[in-house]
Amino acid sequence: MMKRIFALALMLITLFAWCIPVSAEDELPDYAADYDWDRLAGQNVVLNVYNWGEYISVDEGEEDAFDTIAEFEALTGIKVNYTNFASNEELYAKLKNGGTAYDIIIPSEYMVARMINEGMLETINMDNIPNMKHMDPGFVGLDHDPDNRYSVAYMWGTVGIIYNTTLVDPEDDVESWDILWNEKYANDILMFSNSRDAFGIALKKLGYSYNTTDERELQEAAAALKEQKLLVQAYVMDEIFDKMGGGEAALAPYYAGDAVTMTAENPDLAYAVPREGTNLFVDSMCIPKGAKNKEAAEIFINFMCEPKVGVYNCYYIGYSTPSATVKEYLDAEVVENPIAYPDQEVLDKAEVYLALPDATTKLIDNLWTEVLGMAGSSPWMVPAMMVGCIAASVGINLWRARKKRLNGE
Amino acid sequence: MTKLRSRLAAGPYMAWMIIFMIVPLLLIAVFAFTTTAPFDRDGNRLEEEEAALIMEEELAEWEENEVPLEERESAVVEKTVFTVQNILEVNKYMPTMLNSIWMALVATVICLVIAYPLAFMISRMHFVSQKMMLMLVMLPMWMNFLLRTYAWMTLLERNGLINRFFGLFGMGPFEMINTQGAVILGMIYNYLPFMILPLYSVMTKIDNTTIEAAQDLGASRLSVMLRVVVPLSVPGITSGITAVFIPSVSTGIISRMLGGGTNMLIGDLIDLQFLGNAYNPNLGSAISLVLMVFILLCMSITNAFDEDKEGGMLL
Repeated sequence: MMKRIFALALMLITLFAWCIPVSAEDELPDYAADYDWDRLAGQNVVLNVYNWGEYISVDEGEEDAFDTIAEFEALTGIKVNYTNFASNEELYAKLKNGGTAYDIIIPSEYMVARMINEGMLETINMDNIPNMKHMDPGFVGLDHDPDNRYSVAYMWGTVGIIYNTTLVDPEDDVESWDILWNEKYANDILMFSNSRDAFGIALKKLGYSYNTTDERELQEAAAALKEQKLLVQAYVMDEIFDKMGGGEAALAPYYAGDAVTMTAENPDLAYAVPREGTNLFVDSMCIPKGAKNKEAAEIFINFMCEPKVGVYNCYYIGYSTPSATVKEYLDAEVVENPIAYPDQEVLDKAEVYLALPDATTKLIDNLWTEVLGMAGSSPWMVPAMMVGCIAASVGINLWRARKKRLNGE
Repeated sequence: MTKLRSRLAAGPYMAWMIIFMIVPLLLIAVFAFTTTAPFDRDGNRLEEEEAALIMEEELAEWEENEVPLEERESAVVEKTVFTVQNILEVNKYMPTMLNSIWMALVATVICLVIAYPLAFMISRMHFVSQKMMLMLVMLPMWMNFLLRTYAWMTLLERNGLINRFFGLFGMGPFEMINTQGAVILGMIYNYLPFMILPLYSVMTKIDNTTIEAAQDLGASRLSVMLRVVVPLSVPGITSGITAVFIPSVSTGIISRMLGGGTNMLIGDLIDLQFLGNAYNPNLGSAISLVLMVFILLCMSITNAFDEDKEGGMLL
């Protein structure tokens, strides 16, 4: 029932959300007239786009919906084959295994860095992307790709703590990662199930960098995570959205972009960015090596940087835009929301994930497996299994002997 | 001539099996016994630390001279070499594996206990009712697997339907989701039909006259069951156990959805090696291989019961 009410509320809010751009619609600038959009039209070009789920504006039947893909196809005459991935790691595994050809991928910054290091990305010809001029200078030349040779920022956000105000004691300090270790909330805490994010939170709590390669610091983080495991209700990713919305848990780390939607849907929820610093993530558009239609991909990137497209995508996704022009066209209410566009102070303390050396990545994953695997292995499990196996084999033999005797008689 | 023709007819399936079963199986074996190791350009094996040092120096040099990425050519190359390290490393994950086997065993035993009387009851029913009951058994399987498991999430949650019901009487809320019990429940719910169907298909072949003959000879109800029905249904029991145990032991999604990731099973662990951060298909394959051996062992135990090698029909 709760779910149904929730779904209804969600529907109403999405409907309502769509009313906002209506007023702004006529003011939105049209696509750049001096760009040769349809130069590849009529050549049967198919563009394979691989993106996160729910990460582009689509037409869901609401009034005045904006279908990004359909608009792009109409404008350029290029056909788009659009598919989704669920995590950076899935994307990486797909590309690494080969056998698939994508022209556009939208990984997060640390995966961009890793892919650059491993030579998995094509350089982008910036002459084909004049819309880079709309970009906020703060999102040009980021640490993971200093010259923007391989990536163009699409959306960004921060990670914070989403909490249920009816379940969390107002006396407690939510602006610290420590609250995720507070025993008062045993079995009321959700945690990220992805090793990098989980370790990131533990490292920040201990005052270390997200990108540490120091084994001692990582061991300490693993110990903290083991300690936390006794309090954690579940290790999840996207499920946080539903579980927090339905009041299943009191506290969870989550992405700011989704927090905007969640706090709007459920007034009991609130969001805080911990003082110790947080993760700033930037999802960027890249062209993987082996892309069949590099030029079409560049046209697509340029299209995604169009202010009009950016505005619609922003309203749809709820994440923050790296484009200065798009920000100007957004409603003041959105731009002034501290969840989506936090103070400079927060951003100054925020840190992006960088690509880690192989040895560190392996260490983190090993430690993470240790953390997760711990509880299941109660000490009596091994002897119990042994006794079971022995009993089974004795049983079989006895049974056989008995049967033989019966047959013999 | 007919022999050749029948061989030709089996061709498509043989091709299918070779391409999609034998080859992947071999690939898993290859992955499990190999790893990538650093070599220098002359083909000499390097120690890990040595290679890391060389690469660090290279990187410093490149950055200093601002060599573009395309022109950077490392003196260290990665090559695939034979190793048993992966298999040895699986030892570290033994508790997780035993935990999975244990949970799958519990689920299988409960399935058997539930399914056996039910299958017997159905097999003794009137023909029309039999069809009806079988359809009821199959009905949940018409729905998507994920959807069925998702429904259990809604039921078991703290604010879920079951806890709300208990809440009416002032009880609870009980912690049901994210426990081992919830994972086992998910396994039982999802795989129970695979136990019922082979049992039914064997039992339906037991003629009523056989049972009547035993009764005429003075066998009590209990001994009819234990000395006639059970021995005759052994093939169904073994294939039922196989059909429930194997998917239960390797499941990943049930433990993730109902166990909340706090009860990691071997399926999750394998998933983590392929789609996780570290991306270690070699270790993932090694774990899969060890699991396969384990399953084979378990199967050989159950098959020992089935001496007639009849094998209950599945579905």
